[in-house]
Amino acid sequence: MRNLFANRTQALFTILGALLIFFIAWPLLRTVTGSQPAIIWETMRQAEVRRSILLTFYSSGLATIIAFLAGVPLAYLLARVDFPGKRLIEGVVDVPVVVPHSAAGIALLMVFGRRSLLGKAFSIVGLRFVSAAPGIVIAMLFVSLPFLVDSAREGFEAVDPRLERVARTLGASPWQAFWRVSFPLAWRSILSGMILMWARGLSEFGAVIILAYHPMIAPILLYERFQSFGLTYARPVAAIIIVICLLTFVVLRLIAQTEQGR
Amino acid sequence: MQGVEKNVQVPSPRGRQSVSPEARAAHRSQDSGRLQLRDLWVDLKDFHLREIDLDVAAGEYFVVLGPTGAGKTVLLEAIAGHFPTQRGRVLADGVDITETAPEHRGIGFVYQDYVLFPHLTVAENIAFGIRLNSGPSLRPAHLRRLLDRIWRSTKKREPIANTCVQRRVEGISQLLSIDHLLHRSPGTLSGGEQQRVALARALVVEPRLLLLDEPLSALDPQTRESLQRELNRVHRELGTTTLHVTHDFQEAVALGDRIAVVHEGRIVQVGRPEDIFRRPASEFVARFVGVRNIFFGTVQHRGEDDTKVFESSTLELSVATPLIGPAHASIRPEDIIVSREPLRSSAQNAFQGRVVDVADRGTLLYVTVDVPPDFTCVITRHSFERMALREGLSVHIAFKASAVHVF
Repeated sequence: MRNLFANRTQALFTILGALLIFFIAWPLLRTVTGSQPAIIWETMRQAEVRRSILLTFYSSGLATIIAFLAGVPLAYLLARVDFPGKRLIEGVVDVPVVVPHSAAGIALLMVFGRRSLLGKAFSIVGLRFVSAAPGIVIAMLFVSLPFLVDSAREGFEAVDPRLERVARTLGASPWQAFWRVSFPLAWRSILSGMILMWARGLSEFGAVIILAYHPMIAPILLYERFQSFGLTYARPVAAIIIVICLLTFVVLRLIAQTEQGR
Repeated sequence: MQGVEKNVQVPSPRGRQSVSPEARAAHRSQDSGRLQLRDLWVDLKDFHLREIDLDVAAGEYFVVLGPTGAGKTVLLEAIAGHFPTQRGRVLADGVDITETAPEHRGIGFVYQDYVLFPHLTVAENIAFGIRLNSGPSLRPAHLRRLLDRIWRSTKKREPIANTCVQRRVEGISQLLSIDHLLHRSPGTLSGGEQQRVALARALVVEPRLLLLDEPLSALDPQTRESLQRELNRVHRELGTTTLHVTHDFQEAVALGDRIAVVHEGRIVQVGRPEDIFRRPASEFVARFVGVRNIFFGTVQHRGEDDTKVFESSTLELSVATPLIGPAHASIRPEDIIVSREPLRSSAQNAFQGRVVDVADRGTLLYVTVDVPPDFTCVITRHSFERMALREGLSVHIAFKASAVHVF
């Protein structure tokens, strides 16, 4: 504590930083403590609320798994191989971060909508995106993918390529070298990317509301309660969402940390 | 995970697992491990190799010597198959492996800075190559073995897959005296220990050829010397053909059966250490190996006391060294005292000889004195003029036993 106020500059920085932390923490705390526990409990018992929270978790998890399957190989290529247009590809991966998420929702609707080519193709195998769970998944995937790819790429970049070369001289195929050397060494970054991506997916609102208002994910349910019934009814839902998100985030970070300690 | 074996003519080194050690040794000493490079060209951003032609005999310890940035590492990585060659061929045991993937070449690689797998223990590092094929695979036979292993592992968890792997890991660790480190993590080891682990990891898969990229350069002088002796011993015991790259002339002389000197991506001279030193093929080689007095002989105890003598065919030197047996001795030209009269001094080595050559280098002169053999001494112009030295003159030279570097 004394270190933070060691000199005037640090004292000033400490005060400015504290204001910012306060700015984040106060509204969150206010929301969580603002509702009666009984009311929160009552809200929790509503099937609609529980369903929407589960749907949010499940959709974001699915999006993260899809991103893991395709994004980790992409991240590996970006870290290891020099090819023409690599910078462009890196830019494309990061575009979802800068595009307004409602615009991303419109863009996805254009491609996966009922009358679009892809939409029709998928409807043959019984997969519908508009106003359906798959739509929620692709919306979350689109907006949170950069977190996983960027983190995994940094992880792979930190692995000395000579480790793979040594593995090859010891008889490992490129496939074995990837799974036994590069992947385990980049795993920490990949895992932290997955946590970030999953958390980002949970909080997605803009893209999802355009693609799939129903079935309702938690942020949309909250929005609807606020619109239809006002602050009093929206507040307990907000409190529940915040608490659950914080808890899972903390738990996952702890898991990642013990992974690190190994 | 998949152990795809491409259809190549080259027998995988691991294919020899079933052969008994004696048979393997006999097999190797005959003809396994011969390396030939034919007109090899490699172009990378900063380095180029030009028309490299090289023949390394089976079982030979071959040293590539050259200054930093001469393209030595690129040469090794090209042989290992990490970089495509622009032109030329790489042949192992007479079979063209230029297009063969690194994992099918049977060529081991040890880097200057060890490059151990940081996420594995020492034992797992060493076992890496021999456990590869025991891993999960998509081939039916492997799948069955995998299922079998999962079934067995539900009953009892095995630390390292099987006793065969364990035995090989222990064997090579004992050879390199690292068997007490097996459970440690690489990050906790000293440089010398890490390099031993890297050697063990490369040797345990029984490569036909071992490539060493400046393996001693990152180590402190004491560790370097002991690991250098270790390399020598391991090579004698296993007989693995070795290609060792270094910028250190003494290291090259101490280890190499033959030496190739590389300059700007080309091989400028190949020969036995004595040849390179005695008859440098170019001005560059002469300058790079330096004007040094290097002799080849044996170190023996002299009588009862602790002193030792270094004997070559024409020479007997008093030396101070822990070594015994075949060795090299070198004396720096500036450590030799030249005089017209016999000297009474603490120097235990004193000889009489004739001046056969004087090379003028400005303020310093290199005087070659034929004892025999030839000694090169460096003296200042001032001393040179005071002693009125000239070719053909008889002089005395002297140097202390401690000035003789034995390696």
